[in-house]
Amino acid sequence: MTTTAPRTSFTAQASNYLDERTSISTMVAALGRKVFPDHWSFMLGEIILYSFVAILLSGTFLTFFFEPSMTAVHYEGSYVPLKGVEMSAAYASTLDLSFDIRGGLLMRQVHHWSALLFVAAIGLHMLRVFFTGAFRKPREINWVVGFILFILAMAEGFTGYSLPDDLLSGNGLAIINGMIKGIPLVGTWISYLLFGGIFPGDDIVPRLFVLHIMLLPALVIAFIGIHLVLMVVNKHTQFAGPGKTNDNVVGAPIMPLFAAKAGSFFFIVFGFLVAIGSTFTILPVWDFGPYDPSPVSAGTQPDWYIGFADGALRLAPGLESEIFGLTLSWNILLPIAVLGLFIVLVMFYPFIEAWITKDKREHHIAERPRNNPTRTGIGAAGVWFYAVLWAAASSDLIATHFHLNVFQVTWALQAALILGTIIVYWLTKRIALALQKKDREILLHGYESGNIRRLPGGEFIEVHEQLDEYSAWKLKAYESYAPVMVRPNAKGRITPATHLRAALSRWFFEDRIEPITRSEIEASKHDH
Amino acid sequence: MSADDQSAPREPSVDEHSVVLHDRGAAIEQSDAFENPGLPPHRPRQTDLHPHKERRAERQVVGWFLASMLGSVLAIVAYIAVPIELGNMASVRANNLFLGLAIALGLLGIGIGAMHWARQLMSSHEVVEERHLTRGSEPSRARAVEIFQLGDEESGFSRRSLIRNTLIGAIALVPLPAVVLFRDLAPQQDAVEAIAHTMWKPGTRLALDPSGAPIKATDVTMGSAFHVIPEDLTEIGHNEGYLDQKALAAVLLVRLPPEKLHEEPGREGWSYDGIVAYSKICTHVGCPVALYEQQTHHLLCPCHQSTFDVSRHARVVFGPAKRPLPQLPITVDADGYLVAQRDFTEPIGASFFERLHHIDPEHVPLTAAETETRA
Repeated sequence: MTTTAPRTSFTAQASNYLDERTSISTMVAALGRKVFPDHWSFMLGEIILYSFVAILLSGTFLTFFFEPSMTAVHYEGSYVPLKGVEMSAAYASTLDLSFDIRGGLLMRQVHHWSALLFVAAIGLHMLRVFFTGAFRKPREINWVVGFILFILAMAEGFTGYSLPDDLLSGNGLAIINGMIKGIPLVGTWISYLLFGGIFPGDDIVPRLFVLHIMLLPALVIAFIGIHLVLMVVNKHTQFAGPGKTNDNVVGAPIMPLFAAKAGSFFFIVFGFLVAIGSTFTILPVWDFGPYDPSPVSAGTQPDWYIGFADGALRLAPGLESEIFGLTLSWNILLPIAVLGLFIVLVMFYPFIEAWITKDKREHHIAERPRNNPTRTGIGAAGVWFYAVLWAAASSDLIATHFHLNVFQVTWALQAALILGTIIVYWLTKRIALALQKKDREILLHGYESGNIRRLPGGEFIEVHEQLDEYSAWKLKAYESYAPVMVRPNAKGRITPATHLRAALSRWFFEDRIEPITRSEIEASKHDH
Repeated sequence: MSADDQSAPREPSVDEHSVVLHDRGAAIEQSDAFENPGLPPHRPRQTDLHPHKERRAERQVVGWFLASMLGSVLAIVAYIAVPIELGNMASVRANNLFLGLAIALGLLGIGIGAMHWARQLMSSHEVVEERHLTRGSEPSRARAVEIFQLGDEESGFSRRSLIRNTLIGAIALVPLPAVVLFRDLAPQQDAVEAIAHTMWKPGTRLALDPSGAPIKATDVTMGSAFHVIPEDLTEIGHNEGYLDQKALAAVLLVRLPPEKLHEEPGREGWSYDGIVAYSKICTHVGCPVALYEQQTHHLLCPCHQSTFDVSRHARVVFGPAKRPLPQLPITVDADGYLVAQRDFTEPIGASFFERLHHIDPEHVPLTAAETETRA
């Protein structure tokens, strides 16, 4: 009552009304001027969020028309080539959605393009976080939450891709069915229960539909919520720079600048997706025809983000063993195990690195990738490993496009998967160390100005100039680690874990370029 | 130490955590590291310096917002003015294009305009906020511990161990009925039985896929490949399991010159006059093996490139598959039509755990190691 002035605007009255019922001013006071640091790579996470909104909006429109049923119908819609063909209601309603409903094709294409952007942005965002060490304490849990979102996004993608019940998606399901059957003991039964009997049955589309529009989106929304709350609690990382420390955040306040940038970026991402959806065809399901277990066309491929799993199946050796009258399909179990191990390693990497460094402090400075050469090497090797598996999903297309033998392409990819990963690790680490040396060189002797001078004696020299202190700080500001020593614990014993940690620590930090010190700069000045 | 003791007298572990919190681990401490030079001086933008540029930016923002309004109106116009005429694909494309571009303009106008506003006209001064340790303050941590202790005392959760343990047991058991409930996701029939056999029976005619026309042996010319279904499959309706039976029974039929056909002892009788029939479902993960190369007699699976040699009982020549494609023993009936002698002698398609339980005693396994012929 006392806060109400004699003449108040409508906005003030409305705000007061709301606050007296919700205490919203407390939240505005706490978060309204919260600071967000600025860097182009921080926008990747925003793209994920905004493309997800586009997915939800376009997907909701689709559910009003899509019929998740495998009941056979005769198609009577306006797409002439398939007129009268017997197909599932799911496929028929997808065709109706595309050809008989205004804006239906647009929404389908916006939905699919948004889904692709969603997964792609998640991948890039994860790489940014990994290579800058932004997963370190206190953000390890949020890394795991984000990684679960990545898995959920792939599950959303796969369930959605399978819904139209066209020839391609049905073949994808046939492959999943075969993979599930390869699981020992329970595989046959899981497949049987999932498909409601023999593959393909007539239950899988409605079941995947429920997962796709209810269970998985609910999980995605819940995990995005946790992810964002933890981001607010932890505050965003920032890159090292003048005035930026581990104890502050420098950037734009939410009100108004960050909110304006983020809000406008939402419209840009959404507008971009609608523009693509209206101009570029994606997944023309009408070209493939309804699902039939017999025909299949050459060059079949899943959506790109499932490619790595398909590639793993293609590169696996053809092994099976028969023990006690039971069959173990190593050609399926091996790729599943390798991918599982890869996923587990990526998911738990923050904890592994924290254990090796024994560093218990909070880290809020995003590192330049070169300043942690071993991690950067591991990351690059992981990217290579993933990329080779992904490329392997197109081994047949590589062969036909470049007039190669598909067998040789497969062997080359098998070699690239194993040898290439090691080479990429080693090469990246060396490049990172070399870049650190270059930074040191610039700090010690200045940068090449491009200004060539001729000395009185006829000698030509290039003038080197010193960086200003703000630019120089970016090159100086990082931390380095030394390998941990093997030391006895409180009981005077050296455990195997201690040895392991020491070995891993040596692997990580034996080769390192330490940050430049004042005395080194002083010494270099005396040299000249 | 004494200061810490005073701040948290009842919680000695707080002290321990605080020490750990500042443990650098293996990080090197630099004695003569550089000082952070602090924030560089703020650089004004062109719009801060020149009022006419500020006014121009303002006009541009307004222009984008007006363009957005135009886009939204155009979208409604496009929806009405560019309708879909049933059966006319060009109208579908036009509707998609104009409707989409207009909506995109409506969205992008807001986005670009607001972004321009934010970047050119809103204050660009950087704001500094202090960070604090993520963990709660010492009093709130102590209070949290106290609350849990009170909760424990007042409920007797630790003290009344019988209550606690029976509760844990009850909660552990309560989800179990849910597991049972999922059994009826599939029919009552045994899963392994259901997929172990196909509808091929002695005397079933081989028919063309999808027409169902029976195939005469004399119609199969040298080198040709036929996609085949059992003739009685066409009697099954699409809503009565047509696709399910087809996924099990699909067959590929090929005729080879007799000198090219290398048949193992015991399987000579499974072909007819150079005509051989194999399951079309890949033994890797179950894609249809649909690509036949006449010159090499190789069948290629388009999904994962497993390659089978039709002239040698569909042995694996390359790829992740391990087993040959199951062979359908065929012959001709009195009218010269190709018929099955019987069902496959082993389960078709991807391997599964219990597969060997359903190998027929009459099955003739291949003798030579399949790996030997691998390229």
